[in-house]
Amino acid sequence: MILTNIDSVPGRQIVQHFGLVQGSTIRAKHFGRDFAAGLKNIVGGELKGYTELLQESRAEATSRMVAQARELGANAVINVRFTTSSVAQGASEILSYGTAVLVE
Amino acid sequence: MSTELLVSIGIPVLLIIVGKVLGSNIERRHYESIAAREARFRDQPAFSTKHSNTSRPVRSASLATGSVVVSVDHFKRFVSGFRMIFGGEVRSYSSLIDRGRREAVLRMKESQPNAHAYLNTRLETSTISSTSGNEGIGTIEVLAYGTAVHYDRAP
Repeated sequence: MILTNIDSVPGRQIVQHFGLVQGSTIRAKHFGRDFAAGLKNIVGGELKGYTELLQESRAEATSRMVAQARELGANAVINVRFTTSSVAQGASEILSYGTAVLVE
Repeated sequence: MSTELLVSIGIPVLLIIVGKVLGSNIERRHYESIAAREARFRDQPAFSTKHSNTSRPVRSASLATGSVVVSVDHFKRFVSGFRMIFGGEVRSYSSLIDRGRREAVLRMKESQPNAHAYLNTRLETSTISSTSGNEGIGTIEVLAYGTAVHYDRAP
């Protein structure tokens, strides 16, 4: 599965469009991570626990999108976009969407 | 009474001092690391356009992403509190955003370290909230993503 965030796959010809595919996940932080981040907040800098959490959720959203594209018979997703929105205090939704296509 | 006063004033002051000392040290080291890594990727530019300025044939293209969550220290959080009273540019947060963005772009490049260019690079910033009140103020997540392309011949 090829993913790009431009409207083509460079070097390949698009032969068929399947339309929009998307994958999303809503994650909440757990208490332990929040506590560790609270301590790290004093001195500033990277909060690794949160970085990893968000990377995992983004990977999950992307794999759901890819699964949907595969079901349609696509071998690439173009124009991939990511958005994040907070659903509630401490929980955020990560959405990944794009256009499923078939390339040569 | 005096011990109570000492605790209620002393702990926040201590945290601000610790934040100032360790925080500026962490920030300085982070900037050094960013500068060194940016120098390494100087020949592999990230474009915000969809096409680069070459007509070289593309061998492969794939999505590259990089993200980071960064937070300011207690000292800067304290100082920015004053800024909120008078208005104006909040300089203590500018460096936070700058660090986050540059780090995210670097991580995007490092996820595909052999690409020749990164097209259509997008930056997205979101704030992190805390489950327990407003403790998470001054914490942001930056995501950078783009299409990593490998050209047929090395430049």
